[in-house]
Amino acid sequence: MSGTVSVQIQVNGVPHADQVEPRLLLVHYLRDVVGLTGTNVGCDTSSCGACTVLLDGESVKSCTLLAVQADGCSVTTIEGLACGEELHPVQQAFQEEHGLQCGFCTPGMVLAAVSLLCETPEPTEEDVRRGLEGNLCRCTGYHNIVRAVLRAAKEQP
Amino acid sequence: MIPSAFDYERVDTVDGALASLAEHGDEAKLLAGGHSLIPLMKMRLAAPAVLVDVGRVQELSFIRDTGDHLAIGALTRHRDLEVSPVLAEHAPLLAHAASHVGDPQVRHRGTIGGSLAHADPASDLPAAVLAMGGTLVAQGPGGERLIPATGFFRGFLESVLEPTEMLVEIRIPKLTGAGWSFQKFTRRAQDWAIVGVAAVHSATHTGVGLVNMGTTPLLATAVVEALEGGASPEDAATLAAVGTEPPTDDNGTAAYREHLARVLVRRALQEAVPLTVADD
Ligand SMILES: Cc1cc2nc3c(=O)[nH]c(=O)nc-3n(C[C@H](O)[C@H](O)[C@H](O)COP(=O)(O)OP(=O)(O)OC[C@H]3O[C@@H](n4cnc5c(N)ncnc54)[C@H](O)[C@@H]3O)c2cc1C
Ligand code: FES
Ligand code: FES
Repeated sequence: MSGTVSVQIQVNGVPHADQVEPRLLLVHYLRDVVGLTGTNVGCDTSSCGACTVLLDGESVKSCTLLAVQADGCSVTTIEGLACGEELHPVQQAFQEEHGLQCGFCTPGMVLAAVSLLCETPEPTEEDVRRGLEGNLCRCTGYHNIVRAVLRAAKEQP
Repeated sequence: MIPSAFDYERVDTVDGALASLAEHGDEAKLLAGGHSLIPLMKMRLAAPAVLVDVGRVQELSFIRDTGDHLAIGALTRHRDLEVSPVLAEHAPLLAHAASHVGDPQVRHRGTIGGSLAHADPASDLPAAVLAMGGTLVAQGPGGERLIPATGFFRGFLESVLEPTEMLVEIRIPKLTGAGWSFQKFTRRAQDWAIVGVAAVHSATHTGVGLVNMGTTPLLATAVVEALEGGASPEDAATLAAVGTEPPTDDNGTAAYREHLARVLVRRALQEAVPLTVADD
């Protein structure tokens, strides 16, 4: 049973073609096959959001998605947000508002925030808190994260 | 955690899915949003030999107003329910319940068909579909069959679907202007309901669905009978736990859940009922 399947996935704009086992999870594909280790595994049970990436622009938990389900799609990881030396506005706002301490939740938190701001460009504080309910942070107490997302919303072009 | 090995087939049409199911029988499982199945496979509580990925069957992603009812494709994602203007107008209970499933990441992937077919008593959408008097449309080798939601759930994580059948559509009677309420009791954001209540009330239909009060999603029939017999919402709500068999787990005992059901049904009826009584 179960040979490999070929997949073509754009990761941060770069096309990748690989042979993968169907049971390979997207997060392991990104970390181990593509070699991008910015996407973290926290709970491994779809609860913490550390593994959040964008799939065709929408936030998803990459520990709960098979790489084969992303075949033909485009994936954005934390490595793909900045434009050269210039941080993405959400990254910049996290830096300015001290929206991180240890940084473990940050890649997932930032990508969840990017997805949230796409869907709700002018969020209220309540929208931000609800919109990030799938992402846990052990360090910050969330206040600075919420401030950062609200700041990024204001500074969006 | 990594699922055990399986063969993977992706299909783009309902016919393709039915052909795969016919070929593999109960060795195969459909993969829709994967947000119930993949966690189970990672924990090795499920180990299908073949996964038939229906996640891209576009023909089953729709929300249509067909006149007297709404038709919702089985592969419509929770997020699409949440923001649908058609649901906002004719079935706000369903849109609201969908907006309380898990978190945004879960709602971007999970589907209404997967939520119903998975038949988890702790799920939110089955209780809402039960309350609204929905009908499920299954397609199999023998053609199409209509199953009232009340006859769909057979046991814990078990529906009446055959291994060769696929859920294709959910039909909801239009209850435009009906009073409604969705009460989900959780300890933390993003959690599953410890107990939940979906209630809808109009001049022609009253339904109260219960989340996590038994081995299947349930209707609070004693409550509705009491209301129809003229009881006040407060009195009817005292019957919320009649005929239920709630679980005892880390989040609470069965007795605690019975109490919660009475409280939440009262709140739900207070929110759902007066609205329409006023315009009757
Ligand atoms: C972190 C997390 C939190 C969650 N919180 C909640 C919550 O608060 N409330 C809630 O209600 N749910 C919750 N869920 C579950 C979520 O709603 C799932 O998306 C849903 O239960 C299953 O839908 P799916 O499309 O992902 O189905 P899948 O996981 O793909 O499939 C589930 C089952 O249904 C079968 N199936 C799928 N589609 C069909 C079909 N069309 N015909 C026949 N069989 C089919 C599959 O074979 C499988 O057995 C949560 C999930 C996660 C991961
Ligand atoms: S690692 Fe995926 S949600 Fe926690
Ligand atoms: S900054 Fe440490 S977990 Fe969020």
